[in-house]
Amino acid sequence: MHQSNRTQKSKAVGQPTTLFEKIWQSHAILEREDGTTLLSIDRHLCHEGSFHAFDKLKAQGRSVRRPDLTVAIADHYVSTNAPETGNEDPSRREVIERLTANTEATGIRLYGIGDPEQGIVHVVGPEQGITLPGIVLVCGDSHTATHGALGCLAFGIGASEVAHVLATQTLWQEKPQSLRITVDGPLGPGVVAKDVILHLISVIGANGATGSMIEYAGSTIRALSMEGRMTVCNMSIEAGGKAGMIAPDEKTFAYLKGRRFSPDGDDWDQAVADWQTLVTDPGARFDREVLVDAADIAPTVTWGTSPEETLAITGLVPDPGNQPDALRRSALEATLAYMGLKPGTALTDIMVDRVFIGSCTNARIEDLRAAASIAKGRKVAVPAIIVPGSTLIKLQAETEGLDRIFIEAGFEWRGTGCSMCVGMNGDITPPQERCASTSNRNFKGRQGPGSRTHLMSPAMAAAAAVTGRITDVRDLA
Amino acid sequence: MQAFRKLDTAAASLTLANIDTDQIIPARFMRAPRSTDHGQFLFHDMRRGPDGEPRDDFVLNTPEFAKAGVLVADTNFGCGSSREAAVYALHDAGIRCVIAPSFGDIFYSNATKNGLLPVALDRETVKTIWRTLETANSARIEIDLEAQTVHLPDGTTHGFEIDPFKKKCLLEGLVEIDLTLLHSDEIDDHERASAEARPWIGTIG
Ligand code: SF4
Repeated sequence: MHQSNRTQKSKAVGQPTTLFEKIWQSHAILEREDGTTLLSIDRHLCHEGSFHAFDKLKAQGRSVRRPDLTVAIADHYVSTNAPETGNEDPSRREVIERLTANTEATGIRLYGIGDPEQGIVHVVGPEQGITLPGIVLVCGDSHTATHGALGCLAFGIGASEVAHVLATQTLWQEKPQSLRITVDGPLGPGVVAKDVILHLISVIGANGATGSMIEYAGSTIRALSMEGRMTVCNMSIEAGGKAGMIAPDEKTFAYLKGRRFSPDGDDWDQAVADWQTLVTDPGARFDREVLVDAADIAPTVTWGTSPEETLAITGLVPDPGNQPDALRRSALEATLAYMGLKPGTALTDIMVDRVFIGSCTNARIEDLRAAASIAKGRKVAVPAIIVPGSTLIKLQAETEGLDRIFIEAGFEWRGTGCSMCVGMNGDITPPQERCASTSNRNFKGRQGPGSRTHLMSPAMAAAAAVTGRITDVRDLA
Repeated sequence: MQAFRKLDTAAASLTLANIDTDQIIPARFMRAPRSTDHGQFLFHDMRRGPDGEPRDDFVLNTPEFAKAGVLVADTNFGCGSSREAAVYALHDAGIRCVIAPSFGDIFYSNATKNGLLPVALDRETVKTIWRTLETANSARIEIDLEAQTVHLPDGTTHGFEIDPFKKKCLLEGLVEIDLTLLHSDEIDDHERASAEARPWIGTIG
């Protein structure tokens, strides 16, 4: 009962379908009585954390069905100071070595230590043309939604599901609800993709998209670069979304042309012809629609410990006294105590202790250029590190001279990896210190036990680095 | 996977929304293999003070709830990262069921694959459970997966929804891969057909 191309097309003609439904249908192998679908998986990305899944497979005596559709990338535990060692700390290095051993045993291609194309899994996928429009891509990591920026269905899974994909190249999935978020209009000065997604999360809430896949649409989204689209899709999970996706267009095709695993020759032309059909048909229905006016979006930062706790940079830390619900009031008081913030403080009066520019949200070349444009000719007021999203991005930044700008301004120019986004490699924000960060999670302890995180765009983070406080980038431009 | 049928156990309330997986198990403990007792990492930084000593005001540190088998939490429990170790930590600490108004999607799925039952009930019901647990003589809850019910000490019973397949896997402790491999022929066919229909996808080996 698998879907042939023909049934798919006739359905598209007969009744309008969404981009998501087109991909879902072409990957549905069979449907269980309860409606759960067995989906075929085109691409599977692993990282060090996948060791649980490899262990499960070994314990069950199973082999990897399609090593040729799987790649592994070392990123979470890689030192940004001494990348050639993997990590100087033996217990961290050991986790990287487990990945190496597992890929060697199963014949999976590894972007490991010292590989000139190694980087953060969600940066490397698109960069290598591993991610393509119309495919289903999974990874044992919740920020897999990033890849949806290229017009594919990409979502994060847990270790048991990783083992299931390794063994069968399929996954059982219930069809998620659909949510379209349309953002229209030009963005104001200093407002970038990160502000768009932080604003959207605050509008719909940290669980506003739970159980849903999100399609981002509208003129604002279309006007974003591929890098910006990846930033938006990356944080879909911070609104609870299973996946985020953006229909592919000429920008997508231009981005993919010539990448290592992108199709070429006749395949390329065929591929583009197919990709051009990957749009939501006019009149297709979503379970929910949200409309946002780009004019309402200012440079945005988080003040609390949930990504929905954001404010325009001109805002004030909220006052628990204004919260009528007793449970919520005490939760807000606890959050402010954790964050070391007083109600009513202007965001721009909050001093920071350090700055992190990196992560799969904001460490692509465009992000580094934006940060460099603020750093240029200025000096850091607090320790600040720049961690490029991949070795190739690092190289490109160096070719453009961005590294010189950063180093002259007193930033540390590091090797690639997840770094202080999650602190697994040892790069952490010490307890009670406040970090201006371009990453995606401001959870308690995310950047190290007791760390206090404020999420913002790369230019805003660079602005915080040179002033030592949370700063409206528009005042520095 | 450990099967789940019925449970009659102490139930602890955790009345905070958006408990993310970084709080359930901080990232620095994720190097541990599955054979390590993950229960020691559960809520590590929430249940200990900065000096590393257990905080008296954290529910699972109190004698009454140290052995709780059910956690009654608030909205969006287990949001955030895909780390299955969050489920291992709950499971190894003896918690076999979490009741909450909503869950992070990946956490929910991870739970059902590791013998941990996630029960989604509307927030008003969850608030009622918190109140009942606070005022009843014994803060125990009975859960019957077959009947899909939660029975409270005040005598009330609340039904919950669960996907029939997840229910079956939990009840029987089934490993999903074995069931999927029964469809190997269909998987082969689909693979062949899509390689023909979309040859440009190719491989990445
Ligand atoms: S950069 Fe951060 S969010 Fe992205 S994959 Fe690494 S740890 Fe996860």
